[in-house]
Amino acid sequence: MTLLEVRDLDARHGLLQAVRGVSLSLERGDTLALVGANGAGKSTLLRTIAGAHPAAGGEILFDGRRINHLPAHRRVALGIGVVPEGRQLFLSLTVEENLLVAARPGEWTIDRVLEAFPLIAERRRSRAVNLSGGERQAVAIARALMANPSLLLLDEVSLGLAPVTVDDLYRSLRAVIAAGTTVLLVEQDLSRALGICQRVACMLEGRIVLEGRAGELTREQVTEAYFGLGRLEGAGRPEAAPGAGVAHQEASP
Amino acid sequence: MTWINAIIQGILLGGLYALFACGLSLMFGVMRIINLAHGDLALVGTFMVMVVAQHVGLSPFAALLIVLPGAAIVGYLLQYGLFTPSLRGGELSPLLATFGLSIVIGNLLLEVFSADTHSLSAGALTTASWRISSQISISALSGVIFGVAILVLGGLQLMLSHTQLGRMMRATADDAATAELVGINAKRVYAVAAAIALATAALAGTFFGMRSSFDPTLGPAQLIFAFEAVVIGGLGSLWGTLVGGIALGLAQTIGAQAFGAGWSIVCGHVLFLAVLAFRSQGIFAPRQERA
Repeated sequence: MTLLEVRDLDARHGLLQAVRGVSLSLERGDTLALVGANGAGKSTLLRTIAGAHPAAGGEILFDGRRINHLPAHRRVALGIGVVPEGRQLFLSLTVEENLLVAARPGEWTIDRVLEAFPLIAERRRSRAVNLSGGERQAVAIARALMANPSLLLLDEVSLGLAPVTVDDLYRSLRAVIAAGTTVLLVEQDLSRALGICQRVACMLEGRIVLEGRAGELTREQVTEAYFGLGRLEGAGRPEAAPGAGVAHQEASP
Repeated sequence: MTWINAIIQGILLGGLYALFACGLSLMFGVMRIINLAHGDLALVGTFMVMVVAQHVGLSPFAALLIVLPGAAIVGYLLQYGLFTPSLRGGELSPLLATFGLSIVIGNLLLEVFSADTHSLSAGALTTASWRISSQISISALSGVIFGVAILVLGGLQLMLSHTQLGRMMRATADDAATAELVGINAKRVYAVAAAIALATAALAGTFFGMRSSFDPTLGPAQLIFAFEAVVIGGLGSLWGTLVGGIALGLAQTIGAQAFGAGWSIVCGHVLFLAVLAFRSQGIFAPRQERA
């Protein structure tokens, strides 16, 4: 059953069109990694789905319901959890308060999220301002889970973190995905994204230029789409290998 | 002994200032709005209590049971109708909007109630006092006001620290945009904060009316005392507001004792300026958070 459907979505930053006619869909239990270079429009797309950025056109349907007009907090109530870029914790609140403030009834309780994220279990009473970057990211993910979302939107989980910390976070994320949460992950680290998600979509200049199952796409295909290399090397080159579920939109306007 | 009496009276007077200031402090702490109409809104509460008491035949204390919920509703609606739209216009807009509101309220009160002075009767409390020695006595009304101030400020602090609404208010104060992303309706949180702020302002205005005579022009003066208490205590800290109110009250009564009654208000202002000059963040300013 389709949980999230995005149809011909446009989003702008002033005169700049950051997202151009993007369409994608997520079934319940799906995990989709959205990859692409800086400025490709990934975070804007995610923020538009979350309600933190206005859609300039197109439709966002969640659980069959059009949610374009809903403010962000109403989307959370419907089941869309967000881990924003840069963590964005409430710095004057403790870890526990950061989690409790987002709590909604469901399977994810404070004890369960702390079990899933051992990185922060010991820091329960610490104020968020005193946490390391990795701990803050763990709290941000745990906080989103406290809302018991059906769909979890994660923006740049590994950004600015030490590899060993990212390993810990991704270990916890695997447990979250195993619990059946549908995930849309924006990530610049291709290896991490391909390692955790069933499907990958690559964005370039606001469009999805490649999409398919992670196991069926070669690293070269994704890298080419990531940097727009196919476009530079001329026409006639296939956008992806057969069977990759590939895509279908031109890379340039 | 007269000095001890001045200190006791200063502390009790500080309770009233703190009660005036707590709504201002809450609105600044949660919404970052300095409500320049706070004193006039408090005075509206005073007049409403007077009207209800006169027309329904209730004591001012009983009239509070009607006026306080009304003030909270007005605060809630003002937030949606005036403060939230003005917040979209940048930092200066709420100042201008509340300044305009202050002028409108002041003129409406003058139009409706004229410039005559009025007072509220606190019944037996008005004249009751506890005599501690031949030179020291504590007014029962001042004691009640101080006790209510402690209860209101302490209750609000407990609410902020230990309830979901309090956590939502602090989260929204930290980062309203992110609060929305975790499911908090920031506009509603703002409206609840404004409702509480106006109810406490009306309560303070009523006690002010019981303590001294009042007229429609006194709103800005109450705003100044409330503002000084908030700044002395530290912007956004409720305990700081209580301490700030007491410090202001002490400065006024000790100043009056030392230099004469005419210097009372001046000494309060001097303390306010000294805090601004030497500790501009106030005595109990919340720690500055850094990402």
